[in-house]
Amino acid sequence: MAIASALFNIIVFPGFLFLCLMGLIFEYVDRIIHARLQNRQGPPFFQPLADFIKLTAKEEIIPDEADKKVFKFMPILALTAAATAFFYIPLWSVNSLYSFTGDVIVVLYLLTIPTVTFFLGGWSSTSMYAAIGAVRTLTQLFSYEVLLFLGILSPMVLADTWSLTDSAIYYNSHPALMLVNLAGFFISLIALLGKLEKVPFDIAEAETEIVGGSFTEYSGRLLALFRMAIDVEMIVGASLIAAVFLPFGLMLNPVVAFALYIVKVCFIVFLLSVFRTIFARLRIDQMVKACWKYFAPIAFAQILLVLIVKGVFL
Amino acid sequence: MGIVKIPIGPQHPALKEPESFLISLDGERIQEVGMRLGYNHRGIEKAAEGRTYTTAIYLLERVCGICSQAHSTAFIQAIEEVAAVDIPKRAKYIRSLIGELERIHSHLLWLGVAGHEIGFDTLLMYSWRDREIVMDLLAMLSGNRVHYGMNVLGGVKRDIDKQKQEEILKAVDILEERTKYYIKVATEETTLIKRLSGVGYISKEDVYRLGTVGPTGRASGMPRDTRKDDPYAAYDEVDFNVITDNHCDVYGRTLVRVGELMETYKIIRQLIKNMPDGDIAAKFPRKVPVGEATSRYEAPRGEDVHYVKGNGTDMPERVKLRAPTLANLQSVAKMLENNNLADVPITIAAIDPCFSCTDRMIKTVNLGNGSTNMFQWETLRKQGIDWYRREKGVDFAELNKKYADLRKVD
Repeated sequence: MAIASALFNIIVFPGFLFLCLMGLIFEYVDRIIHARLQNRQGPPFFQPLADFIKLTAKEEIIPDEADKKVFKFMPILALTAAATAFFYIPLWSVNSLYSFTGDVIVVLYLLTIPTVTFFLGGWSSTSMYAAIGAVRTLTQLFSYEVLLFLGILSPMVLADTWSLTDSAIYYNSHPALMLVNLAGFFISLIALLGKLEKVPFDIAEAETEIVGGSFTEYSGRLLALFRMAIDVEMIVGASLIAAVFLPFGLMLNPVVAFALYIVKVCFIVFLLSVFRTIFARLRIDQMVKACWKYFAPIAFAQILLVLIVKGVFL
Repeated sequence: MGIVKIPIGPQHPALKEPESFLISLDGERIQEVGMRLGYNHRGIEKAAEGRTYTTAIYLLERVCGICSQAHSTAFIQAIEEVAAVDIPKRAKYIRSLIGELERIHSHLLWLGVAGHEIGFDTLLMYSWRDREIVMDLLAMLSGNRVHYGMNVLGGVKRDIDKQKQEEILKAVDILEERTKYYIKVATEETTLIKRLSGVGYISKEDVYRLGTVGPTGRASGMPRDTRKDDPYAAYDEVDFNVITDNHCDVYGRTLVRVGELMETYKIIRQLIKNMPDGDIAAKFPRKVPVGEATSRYEAPRGEDVHYVKGNGTDMPERVKLRAPTLANLQSVAKMLENNNLADVPITIAAIDPCFSCTDRMIKTVNLGNGSTNMFQWETLRKQGIDWYRREKGVDFAELNKKYADLRKVD
């Protein structure tokens, strides 16, 4: 029975299937907000699912010169890595599905894997556009990854724990302290934008320059999996930010807490959509510069603030 | 990675028309740019020689889908010069009016394309939404959103009455307000300024040396505008400024274009206010005498030049045209030097290219031994007929003969 319930948790709810469904729904939310902000009609609600089904039915073309094993394996790895990270995040109660000391590090590393798969997938497809996209993916990774780590870790330092569950419990008993981490929230959102390769950080798949970036040679089911991985990554990233920076209301009635969780994710996705609406795509050098010159000092200042608050007031 | 070559075009999401740019990259830096034209040669000049002047207008109007008024007006002006026909003043005003409305539609289109090339799709959606206002206006005035068909030999086809003039003024008020907003965006939005400044730099000297025309030249401080230098239609009777800028980069080109929009609204108001009464077309002879003429027209993209040679019949002996993009292409290679790969799409787009309008000839080059081959009309025609007979089983030679017989009887 324990095994059956664990399998149900992992595969159906709140695991893989629920996550994929949420990914599709929030892709729609993102697209419709983006469209409305741009004064467009936007897609119907089933569009992401329709896209997914249509892509899976399409022919799969693998370049002759590509490393076929790596090329085929990368989308699956991206999806599983992003989905696995979901199990360690407290969603609508303080307890996550699986939790242990240090799970925040595991979640951050699991979230890095999709980016690495974008690189390997693009590189192994041997197309020039994909190769340049792959190199850009890695260059981007170096500029936002440290920011994400710093941003996520500062609330952890304040809560004096390496576990997302413990941090959620801590902030539920000291809700006022959430306000200390506002700069970290902002930095993490920027980094998440980079991770999801959305405007202004969609340099790695800049359509007008390098066609599709890493995904240029991908088609059919493999591309569908990659797109699903990005959707799932968006949910996992938004859930992580919600769990770390907005962990209020987790002690409430499960139904209310679940609704609150959806609202939080909606809020974060809304912010991401607004960012991608109001900015133009940066150049890769501008992005590295912006991240290290402007955002990294803010992240360090956040850590400093946390240490001062901890040393002086607690 | 070493030096890699990536092809931008002939088929590429950044280009809406086929053109080949082969870019050698060292990392993200551009080392060298190779350019090849001629993917969309349509043989319009030659085709015009087989048509009467009246039907050739509609062909020449289709050189470009965006500056169609520019091409047809330039062509007609040349014919009118050869035939020495003076057109009524009201027709001149209406030609200018349609030309200026076309400029609004072209510049707003460019603004959107520029936004798209730098990944700023919001600008694309906004400016194309506002462009609909002027498209609807053109549809109301001429019956078509593009390819207005307003020009006829000796004047224009449709009149613009008082009620329509009111509509134009109303639309221009809305557009002016929107353009002010875009000027605000262009001068205050930091990411946009950062993304466009210093990109595609071309100095004033190079602009003169390479013969750059239109807003691209004016953005490098070259105060040249055919409407001012060599006034045609009604431009000698309106007051407007030639917008120039000294940024010499894509940002400057953006400022020039939005600045020109404001001048255009000024021109339209004056044209409507001062529009004289009278006929809209003069009588035009069917046969045009022997003679030749060149006509210049300031299209939204720059100076458009048409040459027409008459031989005393109702068909032109020779038609030659130079679209502004051809003059600007030389400077693109210069602009791309020492830039980043990310700047390629916007630099190419910044001249507002119209590659299909540009292609006037094709020359095939055998890359193996470097031998070149120019096709003559007769061989090209023969090859076409042979291909259809061989591949499709259609014999055009017979059909052509029947068609020629029919014409003879006519």
